[in-house]
Amino acid sequence: MPSMAGIQPLRRSRAFWVFSDTWVLIQRSLLHIKEDPEQLLSLSLQPIMFVVLFRYVFGGAINTGGVSYANFLMAGIFVQTAAFGSTTTGVGIATDLQQGIVDRFRSLPIVQTSVLTGHVAADLIRSLLALVVMVATGLLVGFRPSAGPLAWLACIGLLLLLTFALSWVSAIVGLMGRSIEFVQQASFIWLFPFTFASSAFVPTQSMPGWLRTFAENQPITHYVDAVRNLLLGKPVGNHGWLAVIWGIGILVCAIPIASYQFRHRSAR
Amino acid sequence: MSSSDAAIVATSITKSFKQVEVLKGIDLEAARGTVLALLGPNGAGKTTMVRILATLLKPDGGRALVDGYDVVQDAEKVRSLIGLTGQYAAVDELLTGMANLTMIGRLYRLCTRDARRRATDLLEVFDLTTAADRVVKTYSGGMRRRLDLAASLIANPPILFLDEPTTGLDPHSRNAMWEIIRQLVREGTTLLLTTQYLEEADQLADQIAVIDTGTVVAKGSPDDLKRRLGGERFDIVTSGPAAFARAARLLGARALQSDPDTWTLSLRADEGFQKLYETLGELQQADIEIGGFSLHRPTLDDVFLRLTQRAAGDDQKGNE
Repeated sequence: MPSMAGIQPLRRSRAFWVFSDTWVLIQRSLLHIKEDPEQLLSLSLQPIMFVVLFRYVFGGAINTGGVSYANFLMAGIFVQTAAFGSTTTGVGIATDLQQGIVDRFRSLPIVQTSVLTGHVAADLIRSLLALVVMVATGLLVGFRPSAGPLAWLACIGLLLLLTFALSWVSAIVGLMGRSIEFVQQASFIWLFPFTFASSAFVPTQSMPGWLRTFAENQPITHYVDAVRNLLLGKPVGNHGWLAVIWGIGILVCAIPIASYQFRHRSAR
Repeated sequence: MSSSDAAIVATSITKSFKQVEVLKGIDLEAARGTVLALLGPNGAGKTTMVRILATLLKPDGGRALVDGYDVVQDAEKVRSLIGLTGQYAAVDELLTGMANLTMIGRLYRLCTRDARRRATDLLEVFDLTTAADRVVKTYSGGMRRRLDLAASLIANPPILFLDEPTTGLDPHSRNAMWEIIRQLVREGTTLLLTTQYLEEADQLADQIAVIDTGTVVAKGSPDDLKRRLGGERFDIVTSGPAAFARAARLLGARALQSDPDTWTLSLRADEGFQKLYETLGELQQADIEIGGFSLHRPTLDDVFLRLTQRAAGDDQKGNE
């Protein structure tokens, strides 16, 4: 066997390892993006189809008051992209479980949750890339935002907070230890009612009373309205801070659950 | 053996999954720098035991120390001392061989430069240099296993757990794996390996613990166990009932067993071939006609027949 002469594990504080281990596993996820560009493509292709579908097929029949439908729609598309971007964490973790590499990670002297954080961070990067593509698509179909740089920054912050929070929820689904196909379906299915029964694609005023009550009080609508108002230069109202509170609330619940699951996960 | 010499000590380990008792009080001990083999059929509890020692599962009862550290209380310390290679190659399919090893090296807390140096060296040893920059998806089964073992060795852990390291490998890859394992042991690594193959345990282990349905049914060195099993057996099939009767008179006292239905006499075969020649010579001189003969090595089935009075094949495929 080759010599270990002069090679010693480093000695650093625990705080250092939290960052170091997480960074090593983020790098792993970045390599995944590079080796598997189809994932990024499908993440962008789907919302592009939604843009075309809503802008040109349904859009003409939707009354958005004084705002052009293109301007109305894009906030919804951005939030949808950010939300759907969270699902690769669950799929990635389910794949890790199936490949047995979770066993290896759990047998290493590392900060255990860094395995999850690595996946979540990759989701953020993918979401950001997909959002760039969506802004370009929007501009092509007549989206004319009137936001300044600060408002744009606030939008990006909100959208990434959404991906971040939902990625941890996706991690919980991924850690249930079911098949990759199950995780793929399950991560999306629960997002559908939240994205469609919201103000993402149509004004909530057109919905029947019970649905409207749900739509106007669920987190996705707060995100959509906050982003839309920021982009169109309108007052954000309560939506901004409600969106932030929802995001933080989801994180406070999801991170401990996912971490617990990971520590106690006994993969086959 | 005092426990300070022991790299692995497990005492009365129990574990159940959903009311099924998988481990029913396992005691194990492996001295530093030796190989302990857990031998047993599927479902015996071997993998569960390894997972407990590797800190992946908590035992329900009992205590396990790895290099003196408790696998539950000092799990993180234990993790820095062990390498684990499971039944399925636990490597990242989407990364290259090089990237896999560097990543694991850095997670074992080597600096980037050292991790890369170790990765390069190990890829060389495991004959993977030309595949270093290919993604693991394109590797063959044998290559994945080698990469997986290389990953376990990247920080040169003093204690290594190998869970069925050769199951599913072709004979060539299996021999290569055995050679690597012997090399590691020569260099002082303590090794715990699980296997379904008596031959593998025989080739590699200093001590064998035979495990069946969650209990250790026998312990000892390979020679001890083989002595208890009676070692190799030489079957002589005579040409008919008359020949059998005469052969039985001639050799009866030496026969391990004789079977009049198949006209077969079984003799011990572990006393050297000279003895067998002499026996055949005696039969020839007595003009006893022989229909055929065969040599039997004890198989895992024999081990279980002797130790548990039932065939390993009857074992229910349980939760491992």
